[in-house]
Amino acid sequence: MNNFQYSRASDVADAIRLLAADPGAKLIAGGTNLIDLMKENVERPSRLIDISRLPLRDIEETADGGLRIGALVPNSDLAYHPLIEQRYPLLASAILAGASAQLRNMASVGGNLMQRTRCPYFYDTTTPCNKRSPGAGCSAMDGLNRNHAILGTSTSCIATNPSDMSVALAALGALVHIARPSGQRTIALTDFHRLPEDKPHLDTNLGSGEIITAIELPPHGFARNYSYLKIRDRLSYAFALVSVAAALELEGNAIGEARLALGGVAHKPWRSLEAEAALRGQAATPDHFGRAADLLLQGATARSHNGFKIDLARRAIVRTLMQAASATPQSQAHKKIA
Amino acid sequence: MADLTIPERIPINLVVNGERRALEVVPWTTLLDALRDRLELTGTKKGCDHGQCGACTVLIDGRRVNSCLTLAVMKDGAEITTIEGLAKDGTLHPLQQAFIDHDAFQCGYCTPGQICSAAGLLAEGRARGADEIRELMSGNLCRCGAYPNIVAAIEQAMSRS
Repeated sequence: MNNFQYSRASDVADAIRLLAADPGAKLIAGGTNLIDLMKENVERPSRLIDISRLPLRDIEETADGGLRIGALVPNSDLAYHPLIEQRYPLLASAILAGASAQLRNMASVGGNLMQRTRCPYFYDTTTPCNKRSPGAGCSAMDGLNRNHAILGTSTSCIATNPSDMSVALAALGALVHIARPSGQRTIALTDFHRLPEDKPHLDTNLGSGEIITAIELPPHGFARNYSYLKIRDRLSYAFALVSVAAALELEGNAIGEARLALGGVAHKPWRSLEAEAALRGQAATPDHFGRAADLLLQGATARSHNGFKIDLARRAIVRTLMQAASATPQSQAHKKIA
Repeated sequence: MADLTIPERIPINLVVNGERRALEVVPWTTLLDALRDRLELTGTKKGCDHGQCGACTVLIDGRRVNSCLTLAVMKDGAEITTIEGLAKDGTLHPLQQAFIDHDAFQCGYCTPGQICSAAGLLAEGRARGADEIRELMSGNLCRCGAYPNIVAAIEQAMSRS
């Protein structure tokens, strides 16, 4: 880990001022990803601005019946919050599918959105990586790319976003509240992360000097028909090969509203409005779910080792939608797949 | 240009196992290194040093965390419990006794982290059976493979708490 200066922000405005004063500075809250990357010399901040004591830990109901979640709420506190368990169990399930109990206790909601890819070449400073060093080249493209992206890739980068929480937030239509020197702005979670294109060093659309202050959930939580299914190489504490967040509004066996997002397959949570539209008004059957899966996976491409993910994703999507339709969501503790 | 001056050591106060400890740290000192190298509490182990193995697990303000991914300077004023702080008045913590009763280790290197993690798990109150114990203890690896006995030990402590 490099030597760095340490500042403790007294409020959000102070954190923004400190960020503006030092272009090499980084914010730190839980630190679970940043400190790891600093130990690998992938991140070498000149200064850490400690925002962990800022008052951004509330979970409050909004006027329209949604929820506003402070950016510093620990992942575990969010997953176990009664309002999340009751009204947004898809989000609770996705959070509990990620990391370990210790890391969930430390990691903040805002930090979860800011976590970086676990592409091993990004972590290995002896190999070229366009995300780490723009223009250096991509070692994963023709390297060991079994875990890499199949959707939205570019010739520069095939890294995936590792977050489980973000997949559920994408499906639920969450918003991200951002503070910046000139005030505040709000963007959709699905617009927060970006595709790699020719700038894979940029994971998100958060501008320099901006800070995530809260996540907002819309009123509709899909608390009855939902499931989060995470497929990985070991049963717990591993990143997804493919994960699926599915949420349905059913009238009898007819689908009123459908939400579908994938994790582990792209540089951002992967959602397709076309696939969701194709489900509306249809019966909740494996055939219709398969058609939605095909639409969601449209344009999927594989490199040398990750072609299996396309078939795996298709099956996982159908399975997750079946779990959601039958109101038997995947349990994150009992690993049997219903 | 980054500021290359070496920062002053920063004074912090920790309450470690009930005892107030004042020390000065450079900002990049992890809580794990502060505990082991500065406070000579070597019960907490450095395994992977990347938050993947759980050997460094301690309780901060009652919550289990990876001390290897925690900066000491950020925890100024916090209450830290390490494996050395679990026994009270010469009596082993029920989890320590249960690990002995069930022979829940071989080499023992992961054991302080396993026990501190299990103490956090019991306080959280989210595990009701073996499946949930396994899932909620997945942040603690045991290369000797003592998992069945670790789960049995935690079940014992859970049933008596």
